[in-house]
Amino acid sequence: MVQFNFKGITVVPSGKEMVDIILSRTQRQTPTVVHKGYAINRLRQFYMRKVRFTQQNFHDKLSAIVDEFPRLEGIHPFYSDLLHVLYNKDHYKLALGQVNTARNLISKVAKDYVRLLKYGDSLYRCKCLKVAALGRMCTVIKRIGPSLAYLEQVRQHMARLPSIDPNMRTILICGYPNVGKSSFMNKITRADVDVQPYAFTTKSLFVGHTDYKYLRYQVIDTPGILDRPFEDRNIIEMCSITALAHLRSAVLFFLDVSGSCGYTVAQQAALFHSIKSLFLNKPLMVVCNKIDLQQLNALSEDDKRLVDEMKAEALKTLQIGGDPNAEQQVLVTMSTLTEEGVINVKNTACERILDQRVEIKMKSKKINDCLNRFHVAMPKPRDGKERPVCIPQQVLEQRAKDQEVEKEKEKRKLEKDLENENGGAGVYSASLKKHYLLANDEWKEDIIPEIIDGHNVADFMDPDILERLEELEREEGLRLAGEEGDDFEIDGDNMTPEEREALNEIRKRKKALIQEHRIKKSTAESRPIVPRKFDKDRQFTTERMGRQLSGLGLDPSKAIERVRSRSVSRGRKRERSVAADGAGDDGMEIDNDGKGSNKRLRLRSVSRSRSRSRAPVEEVIPGEGFKDKEQKVKAIKLGKKSVKKRNKDARKGEADRVILNMMPKHLFSGKRGIGKTSRR
Amino acid sequence: MRLEKCWFCSSTIYPGHGIQFVRNDAKIFRFCRSKCHKNFKMKRNPRKVKWTKAYRRLHGKDMTQDSTFEFERKRNRPQRYDRINTEKVLQAIPKISKVKATREKAHITKRLSVGKINRKKGDRRELEQSISLVKAPSVLKEDATLTLPKQKVTVSYAQTENTPMEE
Repeated sequence: MVQFNFKGITVVPSGKEMVDIILSRTQRQTPTVVHKGYAINRLRQFYMRKVRFTQQNFHDKLSAIVDEFPRLEGIHPFYSDLLHVLYNKDHYKLALGQVNTARNLISKVAKDYVRLLKYGDSLYRCKCLKVAALGRMCTVIKRIGPSLAYLEQVRQHMARLPSIDPNMRTILICGYPNVGKSSFMNKITRADVDVQPYAFTTKSLFVGHTDYKYLRYQVIDTPGILDRPFEDRNIIEMCSITALAHLRSAVLFFLDVSGSCGYTVAQQAALFHSIKSLFLNKPLMVVCNKIDLQQLNALSEDDKRLVDEMKAEALKTLQIGGDPNAEQQVLVTMSTLTEEGVINVKNTACERILDQRVEIKMKSKKINDCLNRFHVAMPKPRDGKERPVCIPQQVLEQRAKDQEVEKEKEKRKLEKDLENENGGAGVYSASLKKHYLLANDEWKEDIIPEIIDGHNVADFMDPDILERLEELEREEGLRLAGEEGDDFEIDGDNMTPEEREALNEIRKRKKALIQEHRIKKSTAESRPIVPRKFDKDRQFTTERMGRQLSGLGLDPSKAIERVRSRSVSRGRKRERSVAADGAGDDGMEIDNDGKGSNKRLRLRSVSRSRSRSRAPVEEVIPGEGFKDKEQKVKAIKLGKKSVKKRNKDARKGEADRVILNMMPKHLFSGKRGIGKTSRR
Repeated sequence: MRLEKCWFCSSTIYPGHGIQFVRNDAKIFRFCRSKCHKNFKMKRNPRKVKWTKAYRRLHGKDMTQDSTFEFERKRNRPQRYDRINTEKVLQAIPKISKVKATREKAHITKRLSVGKINRKKGDRRELEQSISLVKAPSVLKEDATLTLPKQKVTVSYAQTENTPMEE
């Protein structure tokens, strides 16, 4: 329902544009690929679809236009008249009619061609039919092109019409050109209307809004009206006339008493009388503007007479139950330049509108519904006693005190002032502890430790901490005393240092045994176990035995003796025993000489057991097959050499075939013909 | 300024150290270092991780119940500053810490003393059993003490003869 806002109408495209749009849409949104090999039904369907699609789109677009443009019968007569004034009703209707016809024509075209397509027998024929259909539709649209252009113009203009609510409280400002209507409008509303010295600055209606007594009023500024016969009026004047005619509003007829608009008072009065028929049933006010240039009292006699006549007319429109200052309500003076009386004019106008509307509402039937809901109750006075307002004494005192406090607040010194005195924000830092409430005021500026030795001081705070501490220390004392007793008991079984030494020695021996065993175990597979009699390293000597035995605390001498005596060969046992005895005495002294004694013993005893006496290696023994000593030595050497372990360390040697150049240039430089060179 | 305890290892978190993690249910976890933080992220239970205080307390390695713990308790009610009381408290804190430390030490010593006794017994037994490795049984029969035997060293007569007699 487009009451008074025509901004919502969709854009009307021009004929060519519309054709373009719809054809391209058909192109995009219907299938495009078709071959002559398809079944005939399929071909027919394909083209029928296109035709129907185009028709549908045209139909939609044209319907939108026809629907959205307002029907002149269906809107408020003010607007229909206004539209007629601006756009010529007939032309408007014609254009819309043409659009409607176009729509119907297109539908017909489409129907016809779809019927024909049903009997198309080849791809080519169907295609031609489709082309023809679309062509005809487009021609139709081309023909209504001018109408569409006109409708677009109308739409653009309509969107800019001021949105005037015909049912709202309205104030209409009319008068000759240049009398000050737009200035007044600017003063009372937020509208920004052009104000210029030439006539017909305002070319159309302008709307502003103003408030009075919590209600909103529309203020309509009209273009100036000249005194002309009705038929000769131009479009701009017709706008104002239409507004005057149709809008139920208060009319402010502006009068320029100074004549600076270029028209005399007489002319303006003549205008007034010619359009006074339009002022029927509307609260009329005659506003004398520009009194800063010409006072009302200082007018000439004729002018004054004319003004009075106008006033008389205006009085007629006033309510019958008139006020004593009715004259004030009808004829007002003001000056928009000095703003003298502007508000007064507005207020008066608004009051009059309100009164009129209330009057009408009271007369109408609707008011009876609400009227019985209103009832103002006034208590009946019981007696003639006067009862003034009673305020309790305390309240009065409190009020007085409050006032005093207020005064004090103004006098009190603020922290901010203190800060400013002492050097400003960067220099002075307020002592936050100033207002602390403590048991003793000396403690205010104390620095309180929070942490000590990794503990929080606050966790220990307790008023009777010292008593508890005393208790604790007492307990501790007792506990310590008890502990000392325990200590003595525990330390009972302590080893002497010698025992400790023995234990260490034991542990060392055990470790050595274990180690030896482990070595033997690991090498058992690779090393053969040689029986003692082939003791190559001369490990198992009597010295060793002697050492071990004396380590255990025993006397080894007898054992060594025994061993040596036992080692004598069977044959020469007796002799040897004597010699052994003899040797035994010296044995003591000889043993000390060390290795040398072995040789001497050997020399003395001829056939000792094999383990002790062997011929030197180089000595040639007849049965072996060597010529002489050198030969044997050489043979032994060769033999040893052959058993020597071969060096497989792969170290460089003279026998190697030498590579002279380890990094030939062609392998380590240059680009490859193909591939990467990340490895060389 | 408050020194907090690490949630994982229960050590104190000094200012400038560690990370605080606030969970969606508004529980705050404080960690003293990234080791604890990473362990937490791995969802490890501090009661099962050997080096934490929680484990040690749970398994009786450290002292659990003692009157010295009552002295240090987080109080939620703020107290008005009282210089006298604060002085007393500041004097008392080192003494309390000392007592606490000695008690903890005593606890640990007591715990370890059992092992000490057993070790001593073991030593004695080993000595008694294996003395034969260093001392021949015949020597042991003469000298029943469990010590190393006196070694017999042979001295050469030639030497003694050669040295001139001293008068």
